[in-house]
Amino acid sequence: MLDYAPDLDRVFQALADSGRRLMVERLSRGPASVSELGRPLDMSLAAVLQHVQVLEACGLIRSNKLGRTRTCTINTAVLRSAESWIADRRSMVERSLDRLGEYLAETADQPEPTSDAQGQQ
Amino acid sequence: MTDRSVVHETFSIERIYPAAPSRVFAAFALAQAKDAWGPTSGRELAEGEAGVKEFDFRPGGRERFGLKVRGTTYRYHALYYDIVPDQRIVYSYEMYADGARISVSVATIEFAKSGAGTALTWTEQGAYLDGLDGPRTRLKGTAELLDSLTRYL
Repeated sequence: MLDYAPDLDRVFQALADSGRRLMVERLSRGPASVSELGRPLDMSLAAVLQHVQVLEACGLIRSNKLGRTRTCTINTAVLRSAESWIADRRSMVERSLDRLGEYLAETADQPEPTSDAQGQQ
Repeated sequence: MTDRSVVHETFSIERIYPAAPSRVFAAFALAQAKDAWGPTSGRELAEGEAGVKEFDFRPGGRERFGLKVRGTTYRYHALYYDIVPDQRIVYSYEMYADGARISVSVATIEFAKSGAGTALTWTEQGAYLDGLDGPRTRLKGTAELLDSLTRYL
């Protein structure tokens, strides 16, 4: 289905930066201008533009300049192929284990529930 | 997609929790605990049959649920094989995306006492199906990059 085979090495390198992951996360909800992308990030517009260029070079996003505004959109085909390797698996488990840690901390002062698995039925 | 492919991957993640093995194990064993932190917590369940939840935590018991994530319906079907309270859980699971089987995996979760807490080791061995276009040579590099990315994350 992907006639355009993404360069996953570059995709993963691009996603190794937390600021760029935020941008991708934002764009997964719809197109945004460069300044919109930079708003939650504490960086200059020039720095934001550099990140946009990295994301564009690996095919994760596309951008168009109309007048003075550059609008970015996500390339879902590339995101899906990266997702199946990053988001869907190992990080799914990692996120689960993070939540387990929070759950254990929140319930630390509660009486211990029975863990007799066989006795449940 | 008519291209068929299988990629095998194993990964292992270790965490230390400041809680006794019995508490950490219980978080996996009890439905209400698992609802509070597990894969369905805070997520949108899929509609209809795909979203039906089942949790039967015993050897031979099944677990299933379905989630809707960004327009895609993911279904999870698991089968528990080996449960040693406070020590070990072994199960297999398959994942579907919009009805297509995307992976079949064996997961092993081990609990070991570590000081006043618990060392948890989660190991998954998976066959990932029809997931990736492109030449095989890229896969090796991808796996290596994934490893370094995971270390970074």
